[in-house]
Amino acid sequence: MYQFDWSSIPGALPYLWQGMARTLQITVTAIIVGILLGTVIAVLRLSKNSILSSLAALYVNGFRSIPLVMVLLWFYLLVPSVISKIMGQPHMDIRLLSAFVAFSLFEASYYAEIIRAGIQSISKGQVSAGLALGMNSGQTMRLIILPQAFRRMTPLLLTQAVILFQDTSLVYVIGLAEFFGVAYNTGNRDGTLVELLLFAGAVYLVICLSASTLVRILQRRLAP
Amino acid sequence: MISIKNISKWYGDFHVLKDCSTEVNKGEVVVVCGPSGSGKSTLIKCVNGLEVFQKGEILVDGVSVGARGTKLSKLRARVGMVFQHFELFPHLRVIDNLCVAQLKVLGRSKAEATEKGLKLLDMVGLQAHTQKFPAQLSGGQQQRVAIARALAMDPIAMLFDEPTSALDPEMIKEVLDVMVKLAQEGMTMMVVTHEMGFAKQVADRVIFMDNGQIVEDRLKTDFFSKPGTDRAQQFLSKILSH
Repeated sequence: MYQFDWSSIPGALPYLWQGMARTLQITVTAIIVGILLGTVIAVLRLSKNSILSSLAALYVNGFRSIPLVMVLLWFYLLVPSVISKIMGQPHMDIRLLSAFVAFSLFEASYYAEIIRAGIQSISKGQVSAGLALGMNSGQTMRLIILPQAFRRMTPLLLTQAVILFQDTSLVYVIGLAEFFGVAYNTGNRDGTLVELLLFAGAVYLVICLSASTLVRILQRRLAP
Repeated sequence: MISIKNISKWYGDFHVLKDCSTEVNKGEVVVVCGPSGSGKSTLIKCVNGLEVFQKGEILVDGVSVGARGTKLSKLRARVGMVFQHFELFPHLRVIDNLCVAQLKVLGRSKAEATEKGLKLLDMVGLQAHTQKFPAQLSGGQQQRVAIARALAMDPIAMLFDEPTSALDPEMIKEVLDVMVKLAQEGMTMMVVTHEMGFAKQVADRVIFMDNGQIVEDRLKTDFFSKPGTDRAQQFLSKILSH
């Protein structure tokens, strides 16, 4: 029978917490940038201008057809040279920076689709009402449609955030130690890999289950 | 005030409006009626440019609606519209429904917009509901808010697109009462409705549409006493006899 040895976990907690902080850093950055950029892309995709809408469609379909790991690696190889060309030697960890960029752009394509569906779920009459009051189409979108669409989409946006939170563990491919990476390294070093991965799994489980519960509560509350 | 000249509109091959012409003078109330699908709603939506038309011209206070140089948003800010399904903004409180366009389109101050809004809610008898959300109101109350919202822009004319068609019977009167009051105060109004009682009470003229055409456009008394066409007569006898 396998003998579990949990002894290395208490000592590793500070490092694990640092890893979790990094995980959250990437997640939050990607959520904020992803939703902002995703909104712009969604609006462009719904625009009557066929060039703008097909460019937006290309962006969305492009990112959605490439595995995230590959996007991460590409940006890791690409970002340093671009950055150093623009602003010389960066002060920030280049791996973290490229993770920020890759996740933000990647998530934007998923958020764009959620937001597009949200916008389309608002009745055309609301647009007419905004326009009839003399608002231009930008004001109608900003003041009337998007606030309603976001309220309706909140559960979906949160669900996507939960997926993103788990996906951040993929940054191990560019050698960045977030929560999962720290757990793995610690376990490897101390010969307690099984215990640390079980522990890490439990932490992911608790966080994601709580978030899903929140989503369900919100869904019930926001139901029209 | 509103001058519609030889308007034609197609949806693909379907000819929705066929060479429609009419005038609405300042202070006049014109009721537009006719069977469903006759193009009445489409016609009044052309007046503020919510629907585009392919031929003809509409002038609102001398401004051509379809012309290239016309800023539609500017024109719409001066023409109020009330919809069949109210179209209140569900995420905004009643008072904010009345203020949002005053603030963002007319550039009024918050205090000025709120004062105007409260005055109008008082006028439509909803001063007790300013802080509620639209979903907390009955249909009749929502439509009265919608009328107040349009009036908050100080419109030169008001368009009503079947304002009572989505209401329960017992709520129709409270909305019509507001509209009658408005008509009596001299508002220029174009009203698509089946409420012939309203037409008899305050309309100056009645337009009867069928199949995309303006079949009759006559003074109210003439329209009700001796409709000029069989089609209008049939329509009237059907909706008046029930």
